[in-house]
Amino acid sequence: MIAPLFFYIFASLCIASAFMVIASKNAVHSVLFLILAFVNASGLFVLLGAEFVAMILVVVYVGAVAVLFLFVVMMLDVDFTELREGFLQYLPIGAVVGCILLAELLLVVGAWTIAPTMPQSITTPIPTDVSNTMALGLVLYTKYVYYFQLAGLVLLVAMIGAIVLTLQHRQSAKRQIASVQNARNKATAIEIKQVPSGQGIKEDIEEKVS
Amino acid sequence: MMLPAELLSLKPLLPEITLALGGMVLLMIGAYGGERATGVVNGLAVLLLAGVAGLVVWMPAEKVALFNGSFIVDLFARFMKVLSLAGSAIAILMSLDYMKGAGQRRFEYPVLVVFSTLGMLVLVSAGDLIALYLGLELMSLCLYVLAAFHRENVRASEAGLKYFVLGALSSGMLLYGCSLIYGFTGTVTFTGIAQAAGQGGVGLVFGLVFLFAGLCFKVSAVPFHMWTPDVYEGAPTPVTTFFAASPKVAAIAIFVRVAIDAFPGIASQWQQILVFVSLASMLLGAFAAIGQTNIKRLMAYSSIGHMGFALIGLAAGTAEGVQGVLVYMGIYLVMTLGTFAAIMSMRRAEGPVEEIADLAGLSRTNPGMAFFFAMLLFSLAGIPPLAGFFAKFYVFLAAIQAGLYALAVIGVLASVVGAFYYLRIVKLMYFDDPAQAFVPMPGMLKAVFGVSGLLNIAFFIYPAPLVATAAAAAKSLF
Amino acid sequence: MGLFHAIVFLPLIGAIIAGLIALAGARARHPGGSAASGAEDHAHDHGPHIHQPLPEHGAVIHDTHDESHTEGPPAAGSRLAEIITAGLLMIAAGLSWYAFVSVGFQGNTARIAVLNFITSGDLKIDWAIRVDSLTAVMLVVVTTVSALVHLYSIGYMADDPHRPRFFSYLSLFTFFMLSLVTADNLVQMFFGWEGVGLASYLLIGFWYQRPSANAAAIKAFVVNRVGDFGFAIGIFALFMLAKSTDFETIFAAGPSIAGRNIHVFGHDFNALTLICLALFMGAMGKSAQLFLHTWLPDAMEGPTPVSALIHAATMVTAGVFMVARLSPLFEMAPDAQTFVMFIGASTALFAATVGLVQNDIKRIIAYSTCSQLGYMFVAMGAGAYSVGMFHLFTHAFFKALLFLGSGSVILAMHHEQDIRNMGGLWRKIPFTYAMMTIGTLALTGFPLFAGYFSKDAIIEAAFVSKNPMALYGFLCTVGAAGLTSFYSWRLVFKTFHGKPHDHHHYEAAHESPKVMLIPLAVLAVGAVVAGYLFKDVFAGHHIHEFFRDSIRQDEGIIDAMHHIAPWIGFLPTVMMVVGFLVAYLFYIRSPQIPVNLAREHDVLYRFLLNKWYFDEIYDFIIVRPLLWIGRLLWKGGDGWLIDGFGPNGISARVLDASRNVVRLQTGYLYHYAFAMLIGAAALITWFSFAGPH
Repeated sequence: MIAPLFFYIFASLCIASAFMVIASKNAVHSVLFLILAFVNASGLFVLLGAEFVAMILVVVYVGAVAVLFLFVVMMLDVDFTELREGFLQYLPIGAVVGCILLAELLLVVGAWTIAPTMPQSITTPIPTDVSNTMALGLVLYTKYVYYFQLAGLVLLVAMIGAIVLTLQHRQSAKRQIASVQNARNKATAIEIKQVPSGQGIKEDIEEKVS
Repeated sequence: MMLPAELLSLKPLLPEITLALGGMVLLMIGAYGGERATGVVNGLAVLLLAGVAGLVVWMPAEKVALFNGSFIVDLFARFMKVLSLAGSAIAILMSLDYMKGAGQRRFEYPVLVVFSTLGMLVLVSAGDLIALYLGLELMSLCLYVLAAFHRENVRASEAGLKYFVLGALSSGMLLYGCSLIYGFTGTVTFTGIAQAAGQGGVGLVFGLVFLFAGLCFKVSAVPFHMWTPDVYEGAPTPVTTFFAASPKVAAIAIFVRVAIDAFPGIASQWQQILVFVSLASMLLGAFAAIGQTNIKRLMAYSSIGHMGFALIGLAAGTAEGVQGVLVYMGIYLVMTLGTFAAIMSMRRAEGPVEEIADLAGLSRTNPGMAFFFAMLLFSLAGIPPLAGFFAKFYVFLAAIQAGLYALAVIGVLASVVGAFYYLRIVKLMYFDDPAQAFVPMPGMLKAVFGVSGLLNIAFFIYPAPLVATAAAAAKSLF
Repeated sequence: MGLFHAIVFLPLIGAIIAGLIALAGARARHPGGSAASGAEDHAHDHGPHIHQPLPEHGAVIHDTHDESHTEGPPAAGSRLAEIITAGLLMIAAGLSWYAFVSVGFQGNTARIAVLNFITSGDLKIDWAIRVDSLTAVMLVVVTTVSALVHLYSIGYMADDPHRPRFFSYLSLFTFFMLSLVTADNLVQMFFGWEGVGLASYLLIGFWYQRPSANAAAIKAFVVNRVGDFGFAIGIFALFMLAKSTDFETIFAAGPSIAGRNIHVFGHDFNALTLICLALFMGAMGKSAQLFLHTWLPDAMEGPTPVSALIHAATMVTAGVFMVARLSPLFEMAPDAQTFVMFIGASTALFAATVGLVQNDIKRIIAYSTCSQLGYMFVAMGAGAYSVGMFHLFTHAFFKALLFLGSGSVILAMHHEQDIRNMGGLWRKIPFTYAMMTIGTLALTGFPLFAGYFSKDAIIEAAFVSKNPMALYGFLCTVGAAGLTSFYSWRLVFKTFHGKPHDHHHYEAAHESPKVMLIPLAVLAVGAVVAGYLFKDVFAGHHIHEFFRDSIRQDEGIIDAMHHIAPWIGFLPTVMMVVGFLVAYLFYIRSPQIPVNLAREHDVLYRFLLNKWYFDEIYDFIIVRPLLWIGRLLWKGGDGWLIDGFGPNGISARVLDASRNVVRLQTGYLYHYAFAMLIGAAALITWFSFAGPH
C-alpha cells in the first residue's frame, strides 16, 4: 500500500518538475526543477530496489552535472527571454505536431501488452542473495564487458573531443614553468643598481618608453 | 579472472580489439610527441586501418555471435567493415596535404578517425540494440568533433554544433524507439526481437519508426537530412570526405541488419517507411542540388540522393536487394572518394576554392583532371558503361523483382533530373572559358583520383569480384 | 571478271586519290586555325568573280582571269589529281568499248556478285555487277563522255584553285553512275541513283561562294527528292509483292503482280500500274520531265563540263535507262506507258518553246536537253525502248559536244554567257564554231547526222504506236522538231554570226587550248557517225540480236516503223528546214523581226521567257505554304507545344522545384530539428491511420 502511494508521488512529481524545466522562465529555476526531477527519479529507483542506481543518480547528476549546469547558467548570463522571442511564432504548428504525437503515443500506451514471454526473456535475472552493487559488478565485468568497454571508449572520445575543441595554447598566456622557477637564483633574478638620489634611472625608463 | 580458453573465444573480436588498442597507442604517441608526431601518427593510423582490414578478411568466414548475440561476425559484416576501413584509411591519406596547407596538422585527426572507425565496426557487427547505440555514439561523437575540427573557423564551429545538437536529437529518437521496442518485446537482441515481435503491433511499429528515424539521420535520408548540406559545406574538406565515405557505409550496414534481422515479421511496415524515405531522398537530392553553387554543398545533396538510391535496394527487402545495396555502397565509396579528391585539388595559390564556377574551362587548364572528373561525374549520374550505372542497375533490378515498379520508375526519373547537375559541371569544364588554373595536384590525391577514376571506367570489364562478394555477403543475412 | 570490276571501280579509286589530294591541299593552304574564313577569302580572290545577277538572265559571270594567273598558287598536286582521274577514266572508257563489243555483239552477258550488301529478314540484297547490252550501251556513254569531260576540264578549270576537289567529284559521279547502270537490283540502282544526286549537288554547288550556285544545288537536290520519294515507294511496293528487289525475280513475278490490286486511299489500283507510275516518278525527277524539270536550268550554275557530263549526257538519262531496264514491267502496264508518253511529249514541246526565247547560252542547251529527254520518254511510252536508248546514245555525243562547245565560247568570252552580248565569233574561234555547227546539225536532225536517225525513229515510233497518246506524242515531237531547229540555229547565229555586241570581249576572244579542243573533235566524230553506225542495232533489224533479253520490246513496232508513209518520214526533216529558215530570216536577214514580234506579243513572250511561270507557281502553291506550315510547326508546334510543355517546360518546373527545395534549407537549427520531428510525426501518423499491415 505504501509502495504504490510513493510511486505515484514520485512519478507525478517527476513529470511535473520535468514540465517545469521547460516551462519556467528563469534558467536557474529550470536547473533547480531538473534537480528535483532527478531526485524523484532516484526515488523511483529505490522503490524498484535498485538502490545503487538511485545513489549514482543522486551523486552524479544531482551532485555534479546539475550543479555544473547551474554554474554555467549563472556565469554565462544567457538571456533566455531573448532566446524565447521566436517561440510564439512556432507555437501553433509546434502545438499541433506535439498534440498529434501525444495522441498517438497514448494510443500506443492503450494498446500496451507486456509480452507473455517477457519474464523468461530477461537475460539476467535479478539476484536476491547479494547486494545490488555486487550483483551489478558481477555481470558488468563478465557478461557485459563488451558494453562496458565500449562505453569507456565513448568516454575516452568525449575527453579527446573536449580537449581538441577547447584546449588552446595561446602564445600570449603566461604559463608557469616550475623548473625555470626553481632554477632562479640571486644572479639571474636580481639586478642591483646604484641609484643616485634625486635622479632615478633614466635609461630604463627610456627603454620602456621606446 | 579469465582463462586462456575464454580469451581465445574472443578471437572474432580481434580486429576491434586491435583497433581500439592501436588507437590508444596512437593517442599516446600523439600526446607525448606533440605536433611533431603528427606525420608518424597519420602513417601509423593508415597502417593500423589497413592491418585491421587484413585481420577482418583473415577471420574465418562462418557466422559467429559473441556476448549473447551483441556482436556478430558474418560475411555481411566483413564486407561492410572492409569498405569502412578502406574509406577511413583513404580519407586520412587524402587529408595529409590539405591539413598541412590549412595549418591544421594535428594528431587528433587520425586518432579520431580511428576511433570513429572502431565505432563503425561495432555498429556493423551489432547484434542488439545496446551495441547498436554504443557503436553509433562512438562513431558519431568522433564525427561531431571532426566537424568542428577547425575551431577557429566560424562555419566549421557552426557545422559541428548543428551536427551535435541534431545528432543528439536523433539519438534521443533512436533511444526512444529502442525503449518502445524493448517494452513490447522484452529483449534487445535482434534475434530475440524477431522471435518476440511476431506480426508486431502498433507499439512495435512506433518503436520501429523512431529507431529508423535515428538511423535515417545517420545516412542523411530525407526528412532527417537537414544537417547534411550545412555540415558538408562548413566542415573542412577532408572531414567532409570522411563524412561522405565510411560513416555512410556503416550506417547503411546497420540499417540493413536491423531491418532484415530484427524485423522480418513486419517487413511490409518498414518497407513502407523505406519507400517513402528513399523516394523523398532521391527527389530532394536531385532537385535541391540543381540550385547549388558550392561544390561541397552539391555533393551533400548528391549523397542524399545516393542514399535514397541505396535504400531502394533495402526497400525491396530481398537478398537481391541487399546485394544491390552492397554493390551500391562499394561503388559509391569509390566514386565519392574520387570526386572529393578532385574537390580537394581545387586549390589556387591563395588557397582552396569551393565554387563550381571555379571549375570552368578545366579541360584546357588541366585536361587529365577534367577527363577523370568528368568520368566520375558521369558515373555519379549513372551513365553506362561506368560503375555508377551498375550500382543503380542492381538496386532498380531488385526493386522491379520485388514489384516496386513505381519506386523504380521514380528513381529513374530522379536520376535523370540528377544527371542535369552533374552534366552541368562537365559542360562548365569543357565548354566554358577557363578560369584561373589550379595548382598542381598533390601526389596522394592524384593517386586516389586516378585509381578511383580507373575503377569507375573499368568496372564493367570485370565486375565479378564486387558483385559476387556482395551476393555472398547478402546471402549471409538471410 | 576483272574487266567490269575495273570499269566500275577505277573511277572510284581516282575519286578517292583526288579527294585525298584535295584534303591535303586544303590543309596545307589553311594550316590550322579558321579554315572556313580562309577558304572564303582565298576563293574570293582567285575564283570566278561574281557580279550582281542581272534581272533577266541570271548570273552573269566575269572572270578575274589575269589575277588568277598571277596571284595564289592552285592546290598542290592539282596536276597529279587531273592526270590520275583522267587517266583512269580513259582506261575505263577503253575497257568499256571493249565490253560493248564483247557483250553487245558477242553476247557475253555477265552477272558478277561482288558482296552481300544488305540482309534483313526477307530482304537479301547482293552487290552485283550486271552487264548486258543495255548496260554496255550505258557504260560506253558514261565512260566515254566522262573521260572526255575530264580531259576537257583540265583546260577549262585551269584557273580554278580547287581542281583536285573538282576532279574528285567528277570521278565520284562517274563511279555512282556506273554502279547505277550496272545494278542488278533496285536497291543497288537506288544507291547509284542517290549517289549521282549527291555528286550532282556537289558539282552544281562547286563554286560554293556564289549564293546562286548554292541555291541551285539545293533546288536540284530537293526537287530530285520528290521524284526519289516515288522511286522509293515503287521499290517498297515491288518488294512487298515480289519479295525481292532483284530484276530477274521481279520480271518473273511481273505477270502475277499485273493481276493484283493495291488498296490505297480507299481505292483499288492495279498494282503494276501503280508501281510503274511510282517508279516513273523517280525517272521524272532525275530526267527533269515536266513538273519536276525546274531544277535542270538552274543547275547550269555548275561549271560547264559538269553540265555536259551530268546534265546532258549521263545523269539525266538515268530515268530513261531505268524505264528501259524495267521494260518488262512497263510492257505489262499500258496505262503507265500512256502516262510516260504523255509526260515525254509534253516535256519535249514545252521545253522547246521555252528554249526559243532564252538568252543564256547554257540555259538554251539545258532546255534543249530537257526537250530531247522528252523525246526519249516518248519512245519509251511507245514501247520502242531500243529507239529511246538510241536517242540517248546519240544525244550523249552531240549534247555533250554542244555543252563543251558552249563552254569553249564562254571561256573565249571571258565567262560571258548571254548570247545577246556575243556575235560574229566565228572569225575568232573557227574551230569551236565548226564543232558547234556539227553539234547543231546533229541535234536538229540534219540527214545522216546522228540525231537524224534517232530522232526520226522516235517520231515514227510515236506515229505507229498503239498507245492512246500516240497521236499527241507524234504531234508534239514533230512540233518540237521544228522548234528545236529554230532555237538551235538561233543560238548559232546569235553567237557566231552578225555583228559583235561586246567589242571588249570580242577583241579579247581566243581559241581554247588543245586539251579542250580534242574532246570536242572526238565528240563531233561521234555526233556525225553514231547514228549511221548503230542504226541497225538500235532501230533496225538487229535489235533482238543486240539487246536480247536486256529489254522486252514488241518487235512489231520496228516493222511498223519501216512501213509508214514516206511523208511521215520526211516530216521531221521538213520541220528542221523550216526552223532553220525562220532562224536565218530572224537573225541573219532581218534581225528586227523577233524584236517586233516580242513587242507585239508581249504576254506570250514573257510567258515563255519566264518558263511558263513554273517557278513562280511552285513558289506560290508549294514553297510558300510549306514555309508557312514549317514556320507554324517550328514556332507553334515545336517551340511552343513541344518545347514549352516538353524540355523547356519541364526544366523550368525543375528549376522552380529546386528553388523551393533550396529555400527549405534555412540554416536555422530549430528549423532542422523541427523538420525531423515533423518527419517522425508524419510517419507515425501514417501508421496510425493507414494501420500496420
